[in-house]
Amino acid sequence: MQADWHSPDDVRAALGGTGYLADARIAQVVYLAARLDKPILAEGPAGVGKTALALALAEATGRRLVRLQCYEGLDEAKALYEWDYHKQLLRLQSDEGAQWDDLEGDIFSESFLLTRPLLEAIRSPEPVVLLVDEVDRVELETEALLLEILDSFQVTIPELGTITATTKPLVVLTSNNTRELSEALKRRCLYLHVPYPTIERERAILRARVPDLPEDMGERIARTVASIRGIGARKPPSVSESIDWARTLLALGIAELTDEATSSTLNVLLKYQTDIDKVMKELSLPTPDEIQSG
Amino acid sequence: MRNTLTSFVEELRATGIPVSMVETLDAADALTHTDLSDRENLRATLGATLVKNPHHYPAFDAAFDVYFGGRRSYAVVDGDDREDEDACLSDDALRDEVLDALLADDRDALRALVARAVDRYAGMQPGRPVGGRYYSYRVMRRLDADDLLLRILAALATVEEDSSLAERMRADEAEGLMARLRQEVDQEVTSRLVDERGASEVAASRRMPLLEDVDLMHATRTEIDDIERVVAPLARKLATRLSQRRKRGRHGRLDVRRTIRASLGHGGVLLEPKFKPPRTAKPEIVVLCDVSGSMATFARFTLQLTYAISSELSKVRSFAFIDGLDEVTSYFSHDVDFADALIDMTRSASLVRRDGHSDYGRSLEEMVDSYLDVITPRTTVIITGDARNNYRPTGVDHLAKVAGRARATFWLNPEPRRYWDTGDSVMSAYAPWCDVVDQVRTLRQLERFVERAALPVTRSTHLV
Repeated sequence: MQADWHSPDDVRAALGGTGYLADARIAQVVYLAARLDKPILAEGPAGVGKTALALALAEATGRRLVRLQCYEGLDEAKALYEWDYHKQLLRLQSDEGAQWDDLEGDIFSESFLLTRPLLEAIRSPEPVVLLVDEVDRVELETEALLLEILDSFQVTIPELGTITATTKPLVVLTSNNTRELSEALKRRCLYLHVPYPTIERERAILRARVPDLPEDMGERIARTVASIRGIGARKPPSVSESIDWARTLLALGIAELTDEATSSTLNVLLKYQTDIDKVMKELSLPTPDEIQSG
Repeated sequence: MRNTLTSFVEELRATGIPVSMVETLDAADALTHTDLSDRENLRATLGATLVKNPHHYPAFDAAFDVYFGGRRSYAVVDGDDREDEDACLSDDALRDEVLDALLADDRDALRALVARAVDRYAGMQPGRPVGGRYYSYRVMRRLDADDLLLRILAALATVEEDSSLAERMRADEAEGLMARLRQEVDQEVTSRLVDERGASEVAASRRMPLLEDVDLMHATRTEIDDIERVVAPLARKLATRLSQRRKRGRHGRLDVRRTIRASLGHGGVLLEPKFKPPRTAKPEIVVLCDVSGSMATFARFTLQLTYAISSELSKVRSFAFIDGLDEVTSYFSHDVDFADALIDMTRSASLVRRDGHSDYGRSLEEMVDSYLDVITPRTTVIITGDARNNYRPTGVDHLAKVAGRARATFWLNPEPRRYWDTGDSVMSAYAPWCDVVDQVRTLRQLERFVERAALPVTRSTHLV
């Protein structure tokens, strides 16, 4: 399916078909990734659609999505493969007296191997989309696990040898930039910085995701959110939060974004009280008390 | 293209962006799949393959615009034609047209108008040894940027109803339009300079320092905002590194219980000794910050970084001074906004006794008189300041007392070393009492320093 992509515009159209609005840069990087068989490292603030990009890619190419969610303490056994210890034990007990050589070859065969996401992506007979989500959560050492796969799409298992991918997976790594990733990892990837969308793109996203929203409301919401992001809150509103906000306003039947309406729904957009206070002050919005008395 | 790529990569490296050999090859590979006539496509390709840190993108974009800004097609208009047309357009009319183009979002028209403005106002002369910024500045001044901003605001105001939110939106939009105009002028000037001098020379003259190399004392407002955003991830990285080093250090005492437990696996033979994790005491840090005038910015980042890694420290106490000293620890509790805390601090902490000019002697004296018991043999004292004492008594005895009690005393001076001891700077009077006196001017240096200061104090508990 990705063979159909002859230009970034094809990528854009394909992703657009799944409801993911890619800008020119995203389309170009995805196109390069498909052409050069290189992983994409998508980095940017939370909630700008990094994970959604991988989901959309899977849908657009009709491939299966294999997902590895990273967390602190993730290790080889959870990411790559593990021997099925219980099954091996049962096998040993089931025929005592068998020759050791036979047994050894037997219990370290593939039927005793538990595949974890990374190995699964490599071994899959059909090409897949591999999503390694929030890679910045694992420790620096664990990153090394990924290097062999990203480099040459292969995994080395001491007992079995090297398993090479028959079909090259499309790999997307995401990072929220809570820490800097190692140079070795970055070097192997195409880097895609996903910032907050421009006002036009956010409006288009709102149009796609909240179709009932009146057009001028979408415009106002996108501009307000952009302005709030400029204020420098501790947790600036993400795209998913501005979608939530649009839905909230719609559900409440608010047709016009007045100061009062903004002030009373700001908690959908911002998740810290200090942020809410700051934004209220910066935009000189009325507090609930003032709304009451006014 | 290959030559341009190599020279572009060299420029990136000169800026400080690390680009490896492999990445250059990747870029060359990727270029074969890129529509080179589309500038933004080209930008995406080179960005994705060469630059892997979001904070390096402004510098990348600046260099890219110089190298691949491209020749501007309308410039080919016949010289005579343009002269004629030009003469009948007054300065005011030109500004009106610029305004219209901005408001109508007509980029082609804007570009052509900007080209004309540059012709008219920049006064560019070949071989004149001035940078592009100077020409851009002249053009913006002649276009009267402040007045344009007001006129944009006025034009936007007619359509919107009046609420404070709408007002804010208008201000943001007007700012955005002005930024676009400025960018167009910059781009126009740059592309002409490139024609004249060649890309690599222009790039060198317009080079932007990376965020981690910006001089903290003279950072602009926007740079400070940007640095602010980087400090948090940077501190987290630092904290992880510190905690790893603490955990991974040499091991501690023999753990008898776990050793015996492990021996059961080999029929009670004590095969494998197990150790307790090492007991390393986390250091305590006391920060003394000069927060007068230009030192405030620097003090702010030192404090911010120190507090951000406070999980790796057993205790942080901070003191601020100008010509008096006060403890400010309580202002920086965890859930407050750092900028607000600073404003709060400057408003309510008592830091000024007399005239509001730095007095290190008096401040150190107050430290000794009121807070000497804060400093223990486990405390690392960090003093930040330029040691410009306004010709007042230095009070070195007080520093000696502080340093004598502390584990270590560090002095961070954000001034270049060659300015120390000039004028009213008395750095060398204090230096003998400090373990380290360091020139720390950039975020990168600050990070390296804080890491060193936060190294754990290892107790010798190694047994076996």
